[in-house]
Amino acid sequence: MTLAIDVADLSKGFGSLQAVDHVAIQVEEGHITGFLGPNGSGKTTTLRMLCGLLTPDSGKGQVLGLDFPAEAERIKRQTGYMTQRFSLYEDLTIEENLAFIARVYSLDRIHERVDETLDKLGLRDRRKQLAGNLSGGWKQRLALAASVMHEPKLLLLDEPTAGVDPQARRDFWDEIHRLADEGITVLVSTHYMDEAERCHDIAYIFNGRLIARGTGGELIAQSGLITFEAEGERADRLARDLAGKPGIEMVAPFGAALHVSGTDRAALEKAIAPFRRDPWTWSEVSPTLEDVFIQLMRTHGGQEENLAA
Amino acid sequence: MGLSLSRIAAVVAKEFIQLVRDRLTYAMIIGVPIGQLLLFGYAINSDPKHLPTAVLVQDHGELSRSVIGALQRSGYFDVVSAARSQGEMDKLIERGTIQFAITIPGDFTRRVVRRDDPQILVEADASDPAATGGAVAALAQLPQYALMHDLKGPLATPSATGPPFEVVVQRRYNPESITSYNIVPGLLATILTLTLVMMTALAVTRETERGTMEMLLSTPVRPLEVMIGKLTPYVVVGVIQAAIILVLARLLFGVPLEGGWLALAIGMLLFIVGSLALGFLISTVTRNQLQAMQMSVFYFLPSILLSGFLFPFRGMPVWAQWLGTILPVTHMLRVVRGSVLKGVGLGDQLGNLGALALFVLVVAGLAIKQYRTTLD
Ligand SMILES: Nc1ncnc2c1ncn2[C@@H]1O[C@H](COP(=O)(O)OP(=O)(O)OP(=O)(O)O)[C@@H](O)[C@H]1O
Ligand SMILES: [Mg+2]
Repeated sequence: MTLAIDVADLSKGFGSLQAVDHVAIQVEEGHITGFLGPNGSGKTTTLRMLCGLLTPDSGKGQVLGLDFPAEAERIKRQTGYMTQRFSLYEDLTIEENLAFIARVYSLDRIHERVDETLDKLGLRDRRKQLAGNLSGGWKQRLALAASVMHEPKLLLLDEPTAGVDPQARRDFWDEIHRLADEGITVLVSTHYMDEAERCHDIAYIFNGRLIARGTGGELIAQSGLITFEAEGERADRLARDLAGKPGIEMVAPFGAALHVSGTDRAALEKAIAPFRRDPWTWSEVSPTLEDVFIQLMRTHGGQEENLAA
Repeated sequence: MGLSLSRIAAVVAKEFIQLVRDRLTYAMIIGVPIGQLLLFGYAINSDPKHLPTAVLVQDHGELSRSVIGALQRSGYFDVVSAARSQGEMDKLIERGTIQFAITIPGDFTRRVVRRDDPQILVEADASDPAATGGAVAALAQLPQYALMHDLKGPLATPSATGPPFEVVVQRRYNPESITSYNIVPGLLATILTLTLVMMTALAVTRETERGTMEMLLSTPVRPLEVMIGKLTPYVVVGVIQAAIILVLARLLFGVPLEGGWLALAIGMLLFIVGSLALGFLISTVTRNQLQAMQMSVFYFLPSILLSGFLFPFRGMPVWAQWLGTILPVTHMLRVVRGSVLKGVGLGDQLGNLGALALFVLVVAGLAIKQYRTTLD
């Protein structure tokens, strides 16, 4: 196993705020690693440091076999970075944007490359359209195409599908997988669970600290969560009665069904026992990644508060 | 750290497209110089009439009355006060109550009859030379017709001997009397300052504000390449503006273009590049376009006020002159006036050109040093 990113002790503070707090991050070559965490947890800051846009306060290691952060300039050239906010020129056409990128990377065969990219995107006949007039989904696909024009080995994507419709998101992820198949390493931040499930690996960051790492299955196993699902007439209404009972750590409606989770099986069973009756039927299910993340947030959030107190 | 011409060219091309596509920029490039020139040029060329005038009449003859009547008929002078002494008149002009003080000496009639060099004395408050220009010109015509009806028969003057009397004009407060000739070329320096500093400051800040800077920084473009690439199109803009102003100044106001073209060209180029670099420097410390705008104006105001554009440089207190000397506009103004109005050669402009070159070096150096290659 070779690591495309292997950086330890990565930190960045803004004034008194520790945005990224001694994070060790490893990403396997050719893998798609999902980077998850609540708003403001430090995802963007971490990605920016990895591609040389922010100077880390501390942190050492290797990115693409190059010394991080000493060789930031060389790392930059082999890295494609797609910003969280659309950052191509809205007042340039699609074609002009692509040509600009091709030229600042000093690529050869600029015209051919631009044409190829336009064909791949299916935007050939809209090449003269201003990038600012594209819909959200097309903007993101254009931004992705622009960030891989210089054939990077590492791709850092910052919430590339935020606000994009399901079909466009699926197309987008098909493209990401295609790129990974070609050997590109991808680190992608997201808030979507279905996208997390499409990743080979997941890294979960909270308050600037990396608190979970592994495949989806591993994270579910590590969490020690046991989840029961209640079905039947308006099972979701049970939430109010069950929430906060000893042994129940989490209650989450799932459509008309209800997921009730905890880490202590005996206590959990005891808590739901009074509701094991008509019209509800109970069954044990595998916890979802969402359950796991919410639990991670809660337990670590609780610790923070304890520390503060 | 090798510079790449192709990367610079990429930035230049991009910047040009953006510039051409932005209508507001067009308006700024073409509209501002034309608008300002017309505004200032005509405001300054305007020909105010009915200026408050005091007279001190020491000769109570028929001829004095004719002269005063002629003054009033010219439309420029409103006699608002008849002073009884020179002291009274001095006070009026000091207080700014009147613009003109006219004295008709006691022996006026006698001298006219004897043709013994008769004179009337006009003192003008020339602190606003533009305001007095038209009136002073009218005074020159006065002797030709003022006494036309009086000097008939035995008093008739043979036309060969010239006008029957002389008007002596004394300008007070602003003897060098800046005219519109002086101010129109001055506009060249100030308009270039306003538009160029502001346009570059905005162009760079816009990238930060719109988030495109993050993309730009993640590419291999180097700071100096960005700077050269971003400024080049605006050098062209500056040259176009300068041409518009010079041509209009010539066509509309008949400003003499005396020569000294080499000094003017060098000065203008240095000034344009310096102003652009300053705009770039401003953009490295501001976070949004509003701040960039405010800082540009903050720089622009002293440039107008202390450079000798609006107020005569020699009339300012010493500290203000010092401040003015630091401003590049001051030196640019001297270069333009020297070339356009006086036709001074390159040799005499070296001091000012040197100052401009220093300005370019310092500001460009600072801008490159300040430009962040990261988002920190
Ligand atoms: N330039 C900056 N100056 C000051 N604080 C900053 C700066 N950039 C980020 N922060 C702060 O650092 C913290 C982490 O921000 P970051 O953008 O990395 O979070 P994120 O995980 O990407 O959040 P989101 O999911 O909302 O995009 C936040 O509290 C943010 O306010
Ligand atoms: Mg973010």
